[in-house]
Amino acid sequence: MSITLPKVRVPYLLLFPGFAFLFTFFILPIVNLAQTSTQTPIAGGDTGQYEQTLAFSNYVNAFLDNREQFARSFIYATLATLFALAIAYPLAYAIAFKSGKFKNILLVLVVAPFFTSFLLRTIAWKQILGEEGFVVPTLRSLHLMGQQTTITSTSVAVVAGMTYNFLPFMTLPLYASLERIDPRTIEASGDLYANGLTTFRRVTVPLSLPGVVAGTLLTFIPAAGDYVNASILGSPNTKMIGNVIESRYFKIVDYPTAAALSFTLMAAILILVTLYIRKAGTEELV
Amino acid sequence: MSSKIKDATIPTIPFKARLSRWFGRNLLRIYMIFGFTYLFIPVAYTFAFSFNDSGKSNLIWKGFTLGNWQNPCGAPQICDALGNSIKIGFLATTFSTILGTMIAFAIGRYQFKGRSSSNLLIFLPMATPEIVLGASLLSLFLVFKINPGFWPTVIAHVMFCISFVVVTVKARIASLDPRLEQAAMDLYANELETFRRVTLPLVAPGIAGAALLAFSLSFDDFIITNFNSGTLITFPKFVYVAAARGIPAQANVIGSSMFFLALAIVIAGQLVNRKKAR
Repeated sequence: MSITLPKVRVPYLLLFPGFAFLFTFFILPIVNLAQTSTQTPIAGGDTGQYEQTLAFSNYVNAFLDNREQFARSFIYATLATLFALAIAYPLAYAIAFKSGKFKNILLVLVVAPFFTSFLLRTIAWKQILGEEGFVVPTLRSLHLMGQQTTITSTSVAVVAGMTYNFLPFMTLPLYASLERIDPRTIEASGDLYANGLTTFRRVTVPLSLPGVVAGTLLTFIPAAGDYVNASILGSPNTKMIGNVIESRYFKIVDYPTAAALSFTLMAAILILVTLYIRKAGTEELV
Repeated sequence: MSSKIKDATIPTIPFKARLSRWFGRNLLRIYMIFGFTYLFIPVAYTFAFSFNDSGKSNLIWKGFTLGNWQNPCGAPQICDALGNSIKIGFLATTFSTILGTMIAFAIGRYQFKGRSSSNLLIFLPMATPEIVLGASLLSLFLVFKINPGFWPTVIAHVMFCISFVVVTVKARIASLDPRLEQAAMDLYANELETFRRVTLPLVAPGIAGAALLAFSLSFDDFIITNFNSGTLITFPKFVYVAAARGIPAQANVIGSSMFFLALAIVIAGQLVNRKKAR
């Protein structure tokens, strides 16, 4: 039911300013990025001067030179998404069903760490898990870790950092969809002699799927493009595609390659996301 | 009384069984404690090290001091960076909340041609990695010979905040009971009055939530800002640059203050809501 205004123009008037803004500062830049991605350096020009030559070879070169970083980005992002799902699901479940009157407070607490700058938290992890923190010396003295092994500067640290940083993006949609489940459906399942586990598997999980889809997307997408975790917690061996794009822009001033890489990243993510939504929408994942 | 009867009817449950039953019942609660501990470790660390008498590099615990809290601007540039972040945050929040709320009402309240493509246009910026948003906007500014700096950063922040505002406000609009508006109309309120006196107050918590979200996204953003701010220093940029040589404890002071401030705002909001509900 909506308010029926006589003019059909109203929604368009409401949309116009926002969409004009998004067209200018989102769509246009993406179109421009596509153009930049096929430019080549002007012969004899300064660094950073390029001309339009429709050099689609930029894509081939950009991809071939950075296959490893591309693969790493998608593997790290997938792992971080799976870990975040594994950690967040029981947490969201507990808040939705087992927290009683503390529900709102707990929900605030899930988002609260998010308010301390995400860089500060990442650096805090680096120091906690680093050589001078208390974790590594303790593990070493207990001989649970070799004297030469470290936690920071490894891919483990990068994936752990991403898992931690994107956890609220996973928890909130999961909570939202779990909270919406009508408790009578769960009772009904019990009345039909399903035990707790069967009820969880056949009723709760399928009903929470929209939250799973939203949460995994909200985690995977920023994780795949992230370079902050990799540069703070990682080493040159854990460089992700974001690190490459960043250095192409700022250190090497190679805009076409950076643009081609950005475009490839975006296209890859959009294709994956579309496939994923289709699959999640039509088939049951369980 | 009843517990005594219970004790009488089930006289001896072996300790082990009782323990495992207790665990079975409280497993999720125990898990919650671990989960929240994990979430708060770096926050607690940041807070603790804001009291570190560390000088310039806040890496190792050197002793307790209140000096950093008494002098939060003690580190060079840190308060300029903070000021910039707050200014950008306010501007980005204002513009994105206005634009996003309008879009949310259009999509949430009207059936019109192009509604599904409108939804797509809102979804796309969220499905685009930040680095692509930042890099593409920078390319555009370079084409038009606009130097990165304060306003380009504000524009960039408005751009990525709009979608989050739309999604948040739209969810609130969708959860409204349409009968409330019908009732207002039945009581001879015209459309404008209905909107102003019924719809808007009901959607207001959603708008406030969206604004808070937009501010925290803007304030905390590093990647897009890094591309579009040029030499302007924001708080996250300050932290990132300082990280290479150890961040000053004042950064921990500011990070912790933001945490407590945001917590206070959210809790105050909840209390207001509860009062209204009563």
